[in-house]
Amino acid sequence: MTMYGVPSHWRRYKERYRLSGTRCETCGNIYFPPRKVCPHCRREGKPVSMNFSGKGKVYTFSVIRVPSEGFEAYAPYVIGLIQLEEGPKVTTQIVDCSPEEVYIDMPVEVCFRKLREQGKEGIICYGFKFKPTTDAILKK
Amino acid sequence: MVGIVSYGVYIPRWRIKTEEIAKVWDQDADRFKEGLLVEEKSVPSLDEDTVTLAVEAARNALNRSPEVNAKEIGALYVGSESHPYAVKPTATIVAEAIDATPSLTAADMEFACKAGTAGLQACMGLVKAEYVKYGMAIGADTAQAQPSDALEYTAAAGAAAYIIGRDSVIADIEGTYSTTQDVPDFWRREGEGYPQHGGRFTGEPAYFTQVVNCTRGLMERLGTKPKDYDYAVFHQPNGKFPLRAAQILGFDKEKVMPGLIVTKIGNTYSGASLLGLASVLDQAKQGDRILVTSYGSGAGSDSFSIVVTNLIEEKRDLAPSTEFYINRKEYIDYAHYSKFKRQLRGFVN
Repeated sequence: MTMYGVPSHWRRYKERYRLSGTRCETCGNIYFPPRKVCPHCRREGKPVSMNFSGKGKVYTFSVIRVPSEGFEAYAPYVIGLIQLEEGPKVTTQIVDCSPEEVYIDMPVEVCFRKLREQGKEGIICYGFKFKPTTDAILKK
Repeated sequence: MVGIVSYGVYIPRWRIKTEEIAKVWDQDADRFKEGLLVEEKSVPSLDEDTVTLAVEAARNALNRSPEVNAKEIGALYVGSESHPYAVKPTATIVAEAIDATPSLTAADMEFACKAGTAGLQACMGLVKAEYVKYGMAIGADTAQAQPSDALEYTAAAGAAAYIIGRDSVIADIEGTYSTTQDVPDFWRREGEGYPQHGGRFTGEPAYFTQVVNCTRGLMERLGTKPKDYDYAVFHQPNGKFPLRAAQILGFDKEKVMPGLIVTKIGNTYSGASLLGLASVLDQAKQGDRILVTSYGSGAGSDSFSIVVTNLIEEKRDLAPSTEFYINRKEYIDYAHYSKFKRQLRGFVN
């Protein structure tokens, strides 16, 4: 496999590794992924980097049974839209639970996983996924 | 005094039982359970490796010490024998993920199962010399074993991270001592998928010689005796070796059991002695004295004498305990184990 996307993965370390987004100091709006310009305030906006708590709830989800190339071994797996505590929604894989265990409003938290590997010779892309919270597991 | 500011652990969710492995190879499960004292072992998910385990443990260590700003970590070492890249340090990815970059030194350590404690000693030196405010040492492994080899019953996955510093320590490290000799008990050549071992040779001339001599060496230097310690943690490739080492050295079994977690999760290699120590810190009280001796094939040992401070109570519950991760488990069969370990021929990703 060719080593495409090495620079683009590297450019997204902050958001992929640390779930870092943007807050506009002018209007207070919070964005993920990070934005260079606040779409609300335009040139009056003052976007600054912001790390999220990593906690959220499942807003909605879908079970992938016919996976894309490179994800065959993971199927069936869950792709969810997570509503973060701070507001923004994040598309991500939900791991450490079976598809049957996922439900809307399920409390989840961020974890660090392999996103994909660029073949045996290429780089390993790491980043965030979400899993059931520690509290949810303790209550189970 | 230099000490442990914080610690954090991580163990993957999946487990395979000794019976399940024995069934595939038509071996006597009871014989292995009695011989190794290992009931089941942890297995990493397809999307987990030494990097992801190390990051999770490091984040738990940071959560347990809110006073530590990750940018103040001046040294980060990851000890493992399963670094995902042959060339590209695991420590760089961990440092980036916990936002400790760019002002720090970082490197990967290798010394079979004792690379994590080697990192701990390097951090102690840098902190004591006041080159860095905090150092982070991580022991993490997703251990490999040839299918049907005896190692397959124990080779497991787990990680433990320790923040070393001078202030707000939960435990003082009052001394450390090491032994090293050239012993060919366990090895893996470059490019080979699985390690080789010297069978029975791994016991007396390797593990026991290093662990016993190193522990005695530390106690001689500190003027301590086994009765001075409330807990003892020895590297745990299986359940029998650390109990036998304790017996030779004169430590009561009761002092070893709180840190003996190999029976439930298997041998986590570079994580093993550090996870055992974490399990003890999860329950120790102020003033308790802990002896830790790691072992790395090749071969060598690092011993530490540790005294718990009053801050342990404040910080302990700020991150999940070792017991939480031990109990958070889901069993898989050998077919899924083979898939998770990428042992299937023609496996594409």
